[in-house]
Amino acid sequence: MTAEAKITDRGIERIVSVILRSGVLLSGTVVFLGGVFFLAKHGGERVDYHSFHPQPVSDRLVHEIIAGAFSRRARSIIQLGVLLLLATPIARVAFSIVGFALERDRLYVVITSLVLAILLCSLIAGAAGAA
Amino acid sequence: MFTVAEFTGVVLVASLLAGFVGSLTGLGGGIIVTPVLTIFLGVDIRYAIGASLISVIATSSGAAAAYVRDGYSNIRIGMFLEIATTLGALFGAFLGGQIPTAGLAVIFGLILLQSAWQASRIPKPHTIGSAPDPLAERLRLNSAYEADGKEEHYVVRRVKTGFITMFGAGTLSGLLGIGSGSLKVIAMDQAMGMPFKVSTATSNFMIGVTAAASASIYLSRGYVDPSIVMPVMLGVLCGSMIGAKFLPRLPALVLRRVFAVLVALVGIQMIVNGFGGHV
Repeated sequence: MTAEAKITDRGIERIVSVILRSGVLLSGTVVFLGGVFFLAKHGGERVDYHSFHPQPVSDRLVHEIIAGAFSRRARSIIQLGVLLLLATPIARVAFSIVGFALERDRLYVVITSLVLAILLCSLIAGAAGAA
Repeated sequence: MFTVAEFTGVVLVASLLAGFVGSLTGLGGGIIVTPVLTIFLGVDIRYAIGASLISVIATSSGAAAAYVRDGYSNIRIGMFLEIATTLGALFGAFLGGQIPTAGLAVIFGLILLQSAWQASRIPKPHTIGSAPDPLAERLRLNSAYEADGKEEHYVVRRVKTGFITMFGAGTLSGLLGIGSGSLKVIAMDQAMGMPFKVSTATSNFMIGVTAAASASIYLSRGYVDPSIVMPVMLGVLCGSMIGAKFLPRLPALVLRRVFAVLVALVGIQMIVNGFGGHV
């Protein structure tokens, strides 16, 4: 860290804290709203989770979930909340790259980019596996 | 057979309790909600793992926000070790697709027994038996935190051992849908000789990123059922927030031992169910 760095570790930490908090709050709200719609529509149906059936593609792939949520499908809205939650730590890592870059900490820009790359690979690998 | 509304209500209450007990014991809600769903509600363990993993991201991100603000977590150590935990999580999610559900139940039971044992012990001050690691200097991991108004400096030891242990913690997290916070704390507190407060806070900081790596795989594999995730995520999140609010410190050893015995019994039941094929 150089003397003229524009931002300190504490500054980064504060912004990270805000990202985490708002991500959880937003995602929790979306899941809750989706849940209310879901119960209003399907509350009386019978369920059985003893045997496992993978979810339909509409509840697995990012673009399908987003499309479903926009057409107000209750299950898709819940999954959209799940996606927002998944995006929260990813956003945190992405922001940390910016923070370390502002601190001119090249080593940690590289380390953090590596973590982001692993996270994005898991999204891509998952999507490829589902398709 | 439940209706959707009944199932949601029962799971919501169970997850609330799991989140509460999880934050009370320091074990985390994920490790408690999965056995509750599988043993008491007969939910397939794959659904339970998918839902629990999502709840783990929610609770750890919520808690990390507070820890980060307090300045105890070391974001450099966290970021560096997240290379190991995210790779481990991917490996764990891959293994999870290969191991039969009975095997998953048995492994889960063993981890519960280990956690129960750990929760029932008095946290031992770490023994500093090794020299400061020059690698820690190169990676700028050594830092300081503020305690009672003065700066406490610390140096990090055995970076490689810590890194490898973190890969294991990530694998367990991805395999079982848990935060595996206690193993992360062991890696930092015992292996790397970091102060307990810094270890705990940094571990919490890492759990969300680790779980996000395997959660994307589980989501696309179809393990994340919205109708189960909804009550589990909201319940565990609220339960652990209540736990953190009313009991900011770990409760007395006696109480922790009572919980440890309960967790151990649940662990044994998981193993029995696994061997009996009831999962």
